[in-house]
Amino acid sequence: MTKQDIINQVCDRADLSRSKAEEAVETVIGLIKDALGQGEAVILRRFGTFQVRAKSKRMGRNPKTGEEAEISARKVVRFKSGKHFKSAVNDEDS
Amino acid sequence: MTKAELVEKVSSQINLTKKQTEVVVNTVFQSITESLSEGKKVELRGFGSFRIRQRNARIGRNPKSGTQVDVPAKKVPFFKAGKELRELVDKDK
Repeated sequence: MTKQDIINQVCDRADLSRSKAEEAVETVIGLIKDALGQGEAVILRRFGTFQVRAKSKRMGRNPKTGEEAEISARKVVRFKSGKHFKSAVNDEDS
Repeated sequence: MTKAELVEKVSSQINLTKKQTEVVVNTVFQSITESLSEGKKVELRGFGSFRIRQRNARIGRNPKSGTQVDVPAKKVPFFKAGKELRELVDKDK
């Protein structure tokens, strides 16, 4: 599934024109990105939570050469799925 | 940011009623959930991708009592941030 498929769904269910649906979907994704870019968590009940986490530096290994390399400290996005999302992927007939 | 705040912002930014915006936001996350529950991954350029990860069955332990419990195999939704989002979040390095 791609963004286009989601836009189609929004078109149908929200009864919007294609261009308006596209604008809406882009805005939703853009605002989530903005919040995360500022280090703010995005909490969507049922679906899940996007959070920015600080990772400290650590030693890693290049899986190809086996050489050790330091992985620098960084911030990463973590997604924790909500209860509803988790049960939806496990329940085939829902 | 909560869903209500997201709806508020989207609604004022693109001039859509709160009600319509709520349908939009719900539809976005419902379609992602539905797609994954059908076993189909979702790729959103610039944002990231959602796919299913298979977790094997294992023997766990109740952390309180220490008794062993069987944890069955299950599927879990997994999100991988795309390049653009990764760089955005880690920009002040």
